[in-house]
Amino acid sequence: MNDYSITILTFIAIQAIVACGLNVIVGYAGQISLGHAAFFGIGAYSSALLTTKAGLTFWAALPLVILITGSIGLVLGMPSLRLREDFLAVTTIGINFIVESVFLYVPFFGGALGLGGIPSITFLGTRLRGPNFLYLCLVLLGLVLLISRRFTKSWAGLACFALREEETAASSMGVSPIRFKLLAFVLGTAMAGMGGALYAHLMRFISATDFGFPLSITLMSMVVLGGIGTLWGPVLGALILGVLPEVFRPLIDYRMLLNAAILLLMIRFQPAGLLGEGSFLRGLFQRKGGTSNG
Amino acid sequence: MDDVLLRLDRVSKHFGGLKAVDNVSFELAKGEILGLIGPNGAGKTTCFNLISGVYTPTSGAIYLEEKPTGGLPPYRMASLGVGRTFQVVKPFSTLSVVQNVMVALGLKRYGGVISSFAPWETKKSRKEAMTLLEEVGIAHLADTPSGQLPLGNQRRLELARALALMPGVLLLDETFSGLRHEEISLLSKLVLEVRNKGISVLLIEHNMKVAMGLSDRLVVLDHGRLLAEGKPEDIRSDPAVIEAYLGKGASANAS
Repeated sequence: MNDYSITILTFIAIQAIVACGLNVIVGYAGQISLGHAAFFGIGAYSSALLTTKAGLTFWAALPLVILITGSIGLVLGMPSLRLREDFLAVTTIGINFIVESVFLYVPFFGGALGLGGIPSITFLGTRLRGPNFLYLCLVLLGLVLLISRRFTKSWAGLACFALREEETAASSMGVSPIRFKLLAFVLGTAMAGMGGALYAHLMRFISATDFGFPLSITLMSMVVLGGIGTLWGPVLGALILGVLPEVFRPLIDYRMLLNAAILLLMIRFQPAGLLGEGSFLRGLFQRKGGTSNG
Repeated sequence: MDDVLLRLDRVSKHFGGLKAVDNVSFELAKGEILGLIGPNGAGKTTCFNLISGVYTPTSGAIYLEEKPTGGLPPYRMASLGVGRTFQVVKPFSTLSVVQNVMVALGLKRYGGVISSFAPWETKKSRKEAMTLLEEVGIAHLADTPSGQLPLGNQRRLELARALALMPGVLLLDETFSGLRHEEISLLSKLVLEVRNKGISVLLIEHNMKVAMGLSDRLVVLDHGRLLAEGKPEDIRSDPAVIEAYLGKGASANAS
């Protein structure tokens, strides 16, 4: 593989991590979020600041970054998650714009110039570059998938599924709506924070516009395309939406148009996503490999 | 029978100018089946929503084992032992029938941080859920998505879910409506068994034959007010009740 494809794959792996986080919120707990890029940005800025201004290594900063992003998720989720559906959607869009503005206008975050000089990641004394950086992203993606899977197998995950389907009934069965929505939100935003840290150290320069509303929409498209609420859906979605623009380079100007077309076709023909319940791909797998309940 | 489990003390619920429940008091004893009847719009379901914590009373108080419960949210009421079904069925549609029951089995787990991260799909929880599904007679549908069931079976599922909470008080909101005759007798038998285990049952029912047959006592509501209270045979011949159902003048013809 050449450097070019490795870079593309690294971006895809990072976006898959963030999309997996969004899937926990939207797919498992059924809470719409159109501001997920904000938490990706919070992760990136936290890691950038901790490693440049506080002088920590990436490895020391990473747990803190996850903690910070999750905590901000908790604080922002607490008022927002009391709202439902379209109101929640609008509120999360608002969160995205506010966070982006804070990065853009507060001098501490570098303002319009962004933050530069972010150190690369070193592992056992060597700088992680190219394929090694990709491996790190893949390991962390694996970790995120493991945690997602574990979550769906836990009572907390079941409580989230119940809330997604019928909040009143779930509540009368002992599920506290706010507690489990918040849990999913914190888990999802913490995953976004992890992705953000990787992004900051891959780019080594970040600015507010990297984490704008269009990215939130792209992340949501990945989840919907791959299969909302499935384990591997966000990964497949990130892969397809990451590879397509590279394959169709000449059509780069029509990128948003193509994305919209793909989404509309999906909603019309495979509403549950490529890996969702009753989809063409899942049918194919089940015929080949017996029954599966992923 | 004198052990009072649930007590409504002058409870009112107003929605703007509408007095959905107006100054209603009644008691439910341990191991009693109490029927809540009345014409449409009498405030029966509002009463259920007040007891199960969906609404807070505008005034008055509700006591469970003599402890006031006003203002506690539904998930707290569930852990205090109030299990309910819904008049408009509310299945977790994409989850299978057995998974629906397992949600309710998790009641004791959702409160703790560690217990809520334990795995839910265990042999033990599945077995417990299957036992309940057998009791209501839909064990053969265990792995069907619950949204695909016909209404009658969804009502049975609602009952299984409520029973999975191992409640002290079971609130049944028109669980028998839309069911066939043999389904009604199966579930009636089950409700009697549940009562014999010491669980109190409060049921809303429009089918008078079922309501009269099952209940030890009946409470009649009309326009949010308590109209009558007593044994089924007394309620049957109460002129005020007949009037509420059939209109003024009907009581003279009915007797």
